[in-house]
Amino acid sequence: MSRYFAPTTAAEAAALLAEHGGARVVAGGTDLVVAARGGKHRMPEVLIAIHGATDLASLVENEDGVRLGALTSHAWIERSPLIGSHWSALADASALVGSPATRANGTLGGNLMNASPAMDTGAPLLVFEADVELLSLRGTRTVPVADLLAGAGRTTAEPDELLTSVRLPDLPPATGSAYVRLEHRRAMEIAVVGAAALVTLGDDGRVADCRVALSAAAPTCVRAREAEDLLRGLRPDGASFRDAAALATGAVQPITDVRASARYRRAMISVVVSRALAVAAARAAGTDIAVPANRNLPTVTAGSTG
Amino acid sequence: MAMSSKQIVELNVNGIPHQLLVEPRKTLADVLRDDLGLTGTKLGCEHGVCGACTVLVDGRAIRACLMFAVQAQGPEITTVEGLASDGELDHIQKAFAENHGLQCGYCTPGMLMTAHAFLAENPEPTREQICEGMNGNLCRCTGYQNIIKSTAAAAKAAK
Ligand SMILES: Cc1cc2nc3c(=O)[nH]c(=O)nc-3n(C[C@H](O)[C@H](O)[C@H](O)COP(=O)(O)OP(=O)(O)OC[C@H]3O[C@@H](n4cnc5c(N)ncnc54)[C@H](O)[C@@H]3O)c2cc1C
Ligand code: FES
Ligand code: FES
Repeated sequence: MSRYFAPTTAAEAAALLAEHGGARVVAGGTDLVVAARGGKHRMPEVLIAIHGATDLASLVENEDGVRLGALTSHAWIERSPLIGSHWSALADASALVGSPATRANGTLGGNLMNASPAMDTGAPLLVFEADVELLSLRGTRTVPVADLLAGAGRTTAEPDELLTSVRLPDLPPATGSAYVRLEHRRAMEIAVVGAAALVTLGDDGRVADCRVALSAAAPTCVRAREAEDLLRGLRPDGASFRDAAALATGAVQPITDVRASARYRRAMISVVVSRALAVAAARAAGTDIAVPANRNLPTVTAGSTG
Repeated sequence: MAMSSKQIVELNVNGIPHQLLVEPRKTLADVLRDDLGLTGTKLGCEHGVCGACTVLVDGRAIRACLMFAVQAQGPEITTVEGLASDGELDHIQKAFAENHGLQCGYCTPGMLMTAHAFLAENPEPTREQICEGMNGNLCRCTGYQNIIKSTAAAAKAAK
């Protein structure tokens, strides 16, 4: 017997999840329906469609950053001047998802909870050290994105937990970020490999802080901490970026699949990392590089790393 | 058991209200085609990739293969059958006909619905904006050039 519910609040959705074991949440449906069709898992018996839960579509700005509701669409993120100027890597990522139709329906919450290793928003959220709020009848808990992602298609959320929002912490001044991916075509393509970078410049013009994360390079999106450690204190130039990028390659065990061989992925990781670092550093220095960075790479960057 | 798994769904399609008994896990595309006989909406990939199944839901271009029919209750749904009035093609259909924007026609309903939503948001698009806006719809025949031309012509005709 298959059943359908359309709750109008997050609390109602959480109650329904608790009541119906095996129920699945559907937001934009762009992953859920595709996976069910492809036989990855069965179409769930109980569907809880949350698109009408307006409290999941909110945007809250406060002292410690901005909180995006789970239903925030990629199309909204792509066009938001706030996200584009402060958390550019996330805007870069959402702007690359699928096609305009995918972005209009696909949500941030769905992207995270689907937990594909190749998901585009994962690496940006890791470099921002973002966290999510999970709601169940037991209450709410806050989980860093790094702890939410457990493996390919797996999260640490319980089956009855609803993701309600994602928090992007505020960033220090002179900080820039970027997400860059390698793709075979310009629309409706999943990343071959992708990298997010965040760079904070010090008063001396050197890298005061930086963070790097990768997508489609391991069973989950992952930080490349060795690369980060190397870069701190260096001048933000092509040579430093290439050295750091070479270390990022060591952080991962890429796989071979239809899109690329493990060897090719390994080689390309350093390319996307140094591109992401270059754009992040340029943005940190105040250079305007439009979203998505992937389509607006400065020529020097492409040339020096290609 | 089979009976109890169906539920009443109310859909507004092309200005006509319908009450149907369908399974909650049936997609909007299947309901439009099988239950309402509106076979203008095509199914290509059924994976959200090709765009052949695109319909308008309150004016937004939606992949009918990725939406459950139960989710589409309330808004106004427009399919390709709803474009012409009194046997007269609308300006976008005419532009596609006049500019050879189709060959076999399989992708055309999806192209037309996508063009509708795109042009409503971008009434005076550049060629690049058309390429970006229409890039989620696949065509195996035309090589896209005439689809871009048709969309540009439709924008001109609307002025
Ligand atoms: C043609 C096409 C191209 C695509 N291209 C890309 C791409 O380039 N990059 C990319 O990253 N992704 C891509 N995707 C995947 C997909 O569009 C995104 O992951 C999207 O963000 C998923 O959001 P959704 O709302 O549609 O999720 P849904 O399909 O509704 O849900 C996905 C999963 O998350 C669960 N879920 C959803 N919301 C919640 C919540 N609030 N709480 C708990 N669980 C929840 C669902 O139960 C389901 O398991 C593509 C998909 C298609 C069809
Ligand atoms: S059939 Fe829906 S996108 Fe291809
Ligand atoms: S005209 Fe044949 S697929 Fe487009």
